[in-house]
Amino acid sequence: MSDHLNFHFTVDGDNFVSAGQASVQVKKNLRELGLSPDVIRKVSIAMYEGEINMVIHAHGGTADVNVYEDRIEIILDDEGPGIKDVELALQEGYSTASDSVRSLGFGAGMGLPNMKRYSDDMRIDTTVGVGTKITMTIRL
Amino acid sequence: MKISEIKELLDAEVLCLEDHLDTEVHSACGSDMMSDVLAYVKDQAVLLTGLVNSQVIRTAQMMDMVCVVFVRSKRPTPEMVEIARENSIVVLATGKRMYEACGTLYANGLSGALHE
Repeated sequence: MSDHLNFHFTVDGDNFVSAGQASVQVKKNLRELGLSPDVIRKVSIAMYEGEINMVIHAHGGTADVNVYEDRIEIILDDEGPGIKDVELALQEGYSTASDSVRSLGFGAGMGLPNMKRYSDDMRIDTTVGVGTKITMTIRL
Repeated sequence: MKISEIKELLDAEVLCLEDHLDTEVHSACGSDMMSDVLAYVKDQAVLLTGLVNSQVIRTAQMMDMVCVVFVRSKRPTPEMVEIARENSIVVLATGKRMYEACGTLYANGLSGALHE
């Protein structure tokens, strides 16, 4: 038997309307596992922002949520344009999103900062022109 | 404050879950930027917004909110209302503008964000 549970999702990059569906599903799954509301909210918001980012910036990708005994790991992997300046991207209010994205209620430059805010650890592996892999850990 | 009072104060129409109007709520927030809602909101039960797309309901869902109020006579799509209903989120629509709607609720005792 494996030492953890895995939930795997494909995030559709062309559909803003469906963005967030994986996070909704994860929220349901974690609720069924009986985790605390605080943990569930952290995981779902961090993942939701990540999902929106993948749709806005990277034409989609994959999302994996691994539930271990002591932590939850969210891995978001895309083959998008990559992040040129990670430090800048982590600043609240900095965004490269277009006005059309902003008119949808996102692109306020809060995506990555929110992901960092709601996770206990966040690692960003990114290469311009190749893609981005973000690993977030939330301790239980 | 009960959701029914919000309905009365804002002269709002109930778009779904009329039978949930007795739910008590203690705080609210107003924003058209969902990322800001996700960043600054903690335990707010009500979201007032003039933004209309499915991500509004999804944001409310992520934050465990129980009521979304659309201001400035904005109308959500039937699909959005359906998702809200499935997730036990009451949807209200008011002709009032954001400033007036928030001010009215605040003046009647519904508080804003708890500062961390």
